[in-house]
Amino acid sequence: MKEFKDKRVIQALLAEIEKKTRTLSSPIRIMEVCGTHTMTVHRYGLKNMIEETGVEMVSGPGCPVCITPNELHEAAIELVTQRENFILTTFGDMTRVPTEKGSLQTTVPAQNSLVDVVYSPEESLEKARLNPEKDVVFFGVGFETTIPAIIMTVKEAAEEGLANYSVLSALWLIPPPLKAIVDAKEIAIDGFLYPGHVSAIIGEKPYRFIAEEYGIPGAITGFEPSDMLLGILSTLEQIEEGKPKVTNAYSRVVRASGNPKALALMDEMLETKDAHWRGLGLIPQSGLRLKKNYASYDAEIKFSLKIKGGSGDLPGCRCGEVLRGLISPPQCPLFIGKCNPESPYGPCMVSFEGACLIFYKYHRAQKG
Amino acid sequence: MCLGIPAKVIQIDESKLGKVDYLGTKVKTNLSLLEDIKVGDWVIVHAGFAISVLDEEEAQETLSLLREIAASHQEDEK
Ligand code: SF4
Repeated sequence: MKEFKDKRVIQALLAEIEKKTRTLSSPIRIMEVCGTHTMTVHRYGLKNMIEETGVEMVSGPGCPVCITPNELHEAAIELVTQRENFILTTFGDMTRVPTEKGSLQTTVPAQNSLVDVVYSPEESLEKARLNPEKDVVFFGVGFETTIPAIIMTVKEAAEEGLANYSVLSALWLIPPPLKAIVDAKEIAIDGFLYPGHVSAIIGEKPYRFIAEEYGIPGAITGFEPSDMLLGILSTLEQIEEGKPKVTNAYSRVVRASGNPKALALMDEMLETKDAHWRGLGLIPQSGLRLKKNYASYDAEIKFSLKIKGGSGDLPGCRCGEVLRGLISPPQCPLFIGKCNPESPYGPCMVSFEGACLIFYKYHRAQKG
Repeated sequence: MCLGIPAKVIQIDESKLGKVDYLGTKVKTNLSLLEDIKVGDWVIVHAGFAISVLDEEEAQETLSLLREIAASHQEDEK
């Protein structure tokens, strides 16, 4: 499958894209929704090449670590600093997000408590099995791609009667913020590249309203360089024909109806709620929580957490605007100076899917 | 976070736990989100779970499309 990275294939696809943009009257702006797409665009040096064909790429809200608001990070910090005999597990990036209360990495846990980095939710569950005398809370963050894996551990815990396990959920749905971005009208978007692995779970249908109600084309897109260019090409074809829809340019992985088992599991265990996103504010029906019969595994309920307000974003960080596609990281005055990978000032510089970190890695030269 | 890695299923046990081969490394993977999974299938692994089976036919179709585009581009260049 080397064709997916092959230089000649990439050149040919770029030429095809340029042929299309030449026939279109105005410049085209496409949002790559997913942080992993942003990574591909930059890692393979595609950013400039794509831009030379007349397509501007802007990055979107698809970085779960970035969009999780500080109030949730602060709730996690509070848990592990105030409760003894406590293990807070989470993915590595989550421990470095700075808040007014510091980060999970810098705070000092209460007696016999600790923060533990895991690579998968199953590892968290295993820690609960191995440490029956401690409360284990998984600070579970993710989009539809990760959500089934997270809630599967809750299901297993329930089946095993494991009472010392719970999840602090930061579970987000991808279609609602896209609607929010379009509705806000802060930026005109001509097309979307929909995230391939979110789509592997949810399929094509949840994006259809974007084509049908807003007339904006889009393509479900994979993560190799050729995949991304195919997604762009498919989006341009729709613009050219004046027929916006949702195409699937990642058909080797994504089925039209998604992953039925994962969807059934989500349906059984979760319900939607209005949720706060960093940079995007309150978005109706954009978050998920465990249903009543699993409430004892919901850390928010179990530990009576008050997750409202919090101290908000650190002043000066423009991560919110980056997530809405309004600015590119070098436009933030703190980029590279006060904010860099060694001491990140905002979450977009923490996560490997954060646009600021990606720009730092591949384009440091751009800013002086 | 949504990074998914293609790997080959090499072992499946009764409870749908299994192992995949990722670039020569055997990795424990939960296969319970997939229907009809067999040893030898290629899957996308994310956060310890296989979330999708790779469709060989679709992959071939995309590959031939890519080859076609590359070939016609070479023609154009001549
Ligand atoms: S460079 Fe740092 S401070 Fe600026 S927007 Fe990005 S994360 Fe925030």
